[in-house]
Amino acid sequence: MILLWLVLVPFIGGLLCWQADRWGEKAPRWIALITMMLVLIMTLVLWLQGDYQLPAMNAGADSIRWAMEWKVPWIPRFGIDVHLALDGLSLVLIALTGFLGMLAVLCSWKEIDDRIGFFHLNLLFILGGVVGVFLAIDLFLFFFFWEMMLVPMYFLIALWGHSGSEGKTRIRAAIKFFIYTQASGLLMLVAILALVFAHHANTGEYSFSYADLLQTPLSENMAMVLMLGFFIAFAVKLPVVPLHGWLPDAHAQAPTAGSVDLAGILLKTAAYGMLRFALPLFPEASQTFAPIAMTLGLVGVFYGAVLACGQRDIKRLIAYTSISHMGFVLIGIYSGSELALQGVVVLMVAHAFSAAGLFIMSGQLFERLNTRDLQEMGGLWGRMGSLPGFSLCFVAASLGMPGTANFVGEFMVLFGTFPTAPVVVIIGACGMVFAAIYSLILMQRVYFGPSLNDQKFEGLDGREFTMLLGIFALVVLFGLYPQPLLDTTSAVMGEVQGLFQGSLPAGSVPMSSLAGGGQ
Amino acid sequence: MGVSMSYLPLTFLLPLLGTFILALSRGHMSERGSVWVGVSSVGLAALVTAFITIQFMSGDQSAQTLTLWTWISVGNFTPTIGLALDGLSITMLGIITGVGFLIHLFAAWYMRGEEGITRFFAYMNLFVFSMVLLVLGDNLMLLFLGWEGVGICSYLLIGYYYRDSANGAAAFKAFLITRIGDVFLAIGLFLIFAELGTLNIAAILEQAPAHWATGDSLVRWAALMFLGGALGKSAQLPLHTWLADAMAGPTPVSALIHAATMVTAGVYLIARMHGIFDLAPDVLHLVGVIGAATLLMAGFAALAQTDIKRILAYSTMSQIGYMFLALGVGAYDSAIFHLMTHAFFKALLFLSAGAVIVSCHHEQDMRKLGGLWRRLPLAYMGFIVGGAALSALPLVTAGFYSKDDILWQSLAADQKGLLLAGLVGALLTSLYTVRLIIGTFHGEMKSDHARNAEPGRGLQHGLPLILLAVLSTFIGAMIHPPLSGVLPASPGESTEAGHTALELIAAGTAIAGIALAAWLFLRKREALARLVSGGPGASLWTLWNQAWGFDLLFDRLLVRPFRILVFILRRDIIDALFGLVASITKGLNAGLTRTQTGRVRTYATSMVLGATVVLIFLAFGQ
Amino acid sequence: MNGIPMEHGLILAAILFAIGLAGLMFRRNMVFVLMSLEIMLNSAGLAFIVAGTAWEQPEGQAMFLLVITLAAAEASVGLALLIQLYQRFRTLDTDAVSGMRG
Repeated sequence: MILLWLVLVPFIGGLLCWQADRWGEKAPRWIALITMMLVLIMTLVLWLQGDYQLPAMNAGADSIRWAMEWKVPWIPRFGIDVHLALDGLSLVLIALTGFLGMLAVLCSWKEIDDRIGFFHLNLLFILGGVVGVFLAIDLFLFFFFWEMMLVPMYFLIALWGHSGSEGKTRIRAAIKFFIYTQASGLLMLVAILALVFAHHANTGEYSFSYADLLQTPLSENMAMVLMLGFFIAFAVKLPVVPLHGWLPDAHAQAPTAGSVDLAGILLKTAAYGMLRFALPLFPEASQTFAPIAMTLGLVGVFYGAVLACGQRDIKRLIAYTSISHMGFVLIGIYSGSELALQGVVVLMVAHAFSAAGLFIMSGQLFERLNTRDLQEMGGLWGRMGSLPGFSLCFVAASLGMPGTANFVGEFMVLFGTFPTAPVVVIIGACGMVFAAIYSLILMQRVYFGPSLNDQKFEGLDGREFTMLLGIFALVVLFGLYPQPLLDTTSAVMGEVQGLFQGSLPAGSVPMSSLAGGGQ
Repeated sequence: MGVSMSYLPLTFLLPLLGTFILALSRGHMSERGSVWVGVSSVGLAALVTAFITIQFMSGDQSAQTLTLWTWISVGNFTPTIGLALDGLSITMLGIITGVGFLIHLFAAWYMRGEEGITRFFAYMNLFVFSMVLLVLGDNLMLLFLGWEGVGICSYLLIGYYYRDSANGAAAFKAFLITRIGDVFLAIGLFLIFAELGTLNIAAILEQAPAHWATGDSLVRWAALMFLGGALGKSAQLPLHTWLADAMAGPTPVSALIHAATMVTAGVYLIARMHGIFDLAPDVLHLVGVIGAATLLMAGFAALAQTDIKRILAYSTMSQIGYMFLALGVGAYDSAIFHLMTHAFFKALLFLSAGAVIVSCHHEQDMRKLGGLWRRLPLAYMGFIVGGAALSALPLVTAGFYSKDDILWQSLAADQKGLLLAGLVGALLTSLYTVRLIIGTFHGEMKSDHARNAEPGRGLQHGLPLILLAVLSTFIGAMIHPPLSGVLPASPGESTEAGHTALELIAAGTAIAGIALAAWLFLRKREALARLVSGGPGASLWTLWNQAWGFDLLFDRLLVRPFRILVFILRRDIIDALFGLVASITKGLNAGLTRTQTGRVRTYATSMVLGATVVLIFLAFGQ
Repeated sequence: MNGIPMEHGLILAAILFAIGLAGLMFRRNMVFVLMSLEIMLNSAGLAFIVAGTAWEQPEGQAMFLLVITLAAAEASVGLALLIQLYQRFRTLDTDAVSGMRG
């Protein structure tokens, strides 16, 4: 039942915020903040109480045991249930959603001063949709939540966004975002339906249930086509070059809270989707596809990095760095080693923090300078209180400095992938140099160099300082002690890896139990 | 023995604590407070180090480890936050905290009154933290943490005077080039882990000989990758171009990072991973060749510089070249010995240069200095002692013993080519050292800055110079790093044949170089000036002044193509392709809009036409 | 039954339909457009009657009733539009009121 509440709380909170508009402008903000805090606290309580370390994979795939499950029929005729389930992976990502949701509310405290209630309604609906995505294991319900995230995000960009450079309006960016993701969602729907019909043809029953569909035998070609349907849907969201076009525009034009949510959580739904659906549903096809996927990941690493170097708009720059980092995530997902898959989890969490930090930073810069153009900045060090120092920390995190969680994630991915695909890793490691280039360009252009004038700007207030310090503390914490995270997801990742290797699930037990027994 | 290990973490936690205090003060700390925190944290770390060293030396000197916690644990991937203490790491630790403390102390004098002194000491303390972790880490992951940490501190400190974009560019360059090396190192780590399944250094050294035969291609690759990492950090050919530009940072930074500690991390790495290099003799030989090439290249480049810090930078490259040469002939402990003496005398030289620079109102061009020996006696003393050690003046200097050792080892290993390069390098060293001292301290004063030089005063200024000067003499050479048992035996230990002869030759070379230089730069000044003012001499001068033109080469080969690529792609070509879909849709829209005339008659007509076509198809289609 | 063959009736219906269609396509005056529509409907009705008679089925006549109903409804809507058109634009020219830019 608590799972249902996890999903419902943001929606209820959103509606409350909307109505709270009439009680003054602080009311919706506080309600939204408390709502997200509630989600976070519920997740943390679940984390502390539950046991996510012990894998249950002794009897093959039909014995998937969730840490927690909740199920009521929805449309029984087609075998559609409201089926929510929780395991280590979804738990971590929901906790992340709660945390970043709080940040998103906090960072729009001053930025948004128009239709505040409606803004928070949209914000919380996105987060509610995301939580739903992480919990739903009925494919129909998953699709439902998947689409549900889009509409409020569209409004967020279209109504509260900034106009971009060179005549790119926020409406245009919002429409681009919507069309890209909607079209990809359509592909996924087709793939889901085809899978359900294939299941129907085999068993004579309609079912959208994850556990049922896992065992659907498919011909090789069919599996490949359906896998591609899922893959493309997730690839648009991740995003994988060449399907990334919506991201820079959406990021650049979205309000800070929107960017934080986009980079921090929405991109992660894609990686989650790949780990939860694309790989386990079609293990053989995924394995055949892995070299292509890893190549795409490499292309993303470098394409994103090179483009980041050429941007003038600071938020576009950060957006392209996200593309670059997600390239590593893609490589890790398709490497088929447990180490790399665990690295993917750490990298996702780390990137969520560092990208959120960077976007909050650019939002604060914008509030002070009223521009996002790098050429109008420079020499800002020493004129903004501790903002430059924090920027430095997040830039260091984004370039994968050891001691930050990004380093742990990136290196685990590379270490894990090396035995299977050394060439990919060697080329990918060169991405470190490119990461240094774009990160330092950011520092150099914004804070160093001659200053345009001597104007002093306001330093960080308590709210901003706490936010940034909190994020950075987490980045360092997970950089030096990622084990809680790893233990929580080790069972899930072991399972994915077992499926991917095509070996018996039992074959991966020693790996996971080793990981669990490591302390 | 167990007692010392529990204090070991203090050596890096104290500097880290200093960084925290300075960083969290958010700029509200007074200058005095910042200096106190910054200097005392490293001072305390040095005291702890001294305590540990005493305990270590009085014990059986065996390697000990201390695991703080398991960093990551997935499957067999279990790097720890673990420390290892042995003769090698204690030597490095002593250099880092000891010399580091003296430099911090000097920096308190050097940086007085500068804006952002809190930031300066925060970075410096962070650097010491990272460097200590680098040498204490018992596994390669932790070593890598320190390795990258010192890189970013170096970046921040080179670009410390951030308002000048040239400094920013220098910092950028330094970070980027060392990062290229880091990529190699990372690949080396991946390879080692994939092959041996561990990253623990002791375990690697133990398992490697069993896992690989000598000369196995994989172990050669691993050694090559480590070498790549070392080249970047230690500014050896071809990844050396950043070091000269790195002199843009404050001079204590150059002394600490770009002379005494960070740049020697490559030497430490190779010495630490000696087991891998011993399995790949041809790569080890390559190390020596690169060292020899660098020491010659940098020696010539140092001859043609006018900025006193750049001369010292090239001389650092050249001296590290000697260390690489020693590594290349398998004389690991000679390399570490030279690393230690070099840390003493090069720190002394840099700090003296810092004293000159501050006294002369931040003038560091030799052409505008001169005749300072009377005004700045302490700095002059520093330069004389440091310079003598650098050019290995026989018997009285520390540099003589360590450099002579390296030359002897290369002879013992029967590497005549490397030995010759070392001797030529020794001659060059004497030449540029004497040129530096004469140009700075003798002759007439060439600018108002020099004429108005104000000598430094105070303990913070004097104590580091005097202590380092003492260590640069033969007294420093009496410190013998406790390396036996940690590093394999050197080739020179089995034989003594020709040692005395070589010592005489080496001493002769140094003295001859000094005499030649004195004659050239004191007596033949005009002739030299004429030589470089035109003809082939001038082009040679320019070539050396530009350090053989590597910068230009890299600019043409890498930087420009990258810029062009960025420029071409900056509007996101792939996204533009997707824009085509939108354009086509728009075009269709424009075309079809024309058919919607709003005239009922046209619609009716088109309906009739459509119906007719459908009927015809139905009638005749089958 | 009696002397008129079915073909003649159908041809007449077709001719009527063609006349109506031509009127619809070529007249701009809304009154004539409506009249043309009536003619077309009636031609269709005629075709039903003829066919129903020829095959001696009652459905033809039933359909005609439906057609008449439809025509009546259509005429009332059409005439209402016509009045609105005239009141708003003071013209009965259907082309003149096109608001589209095509």
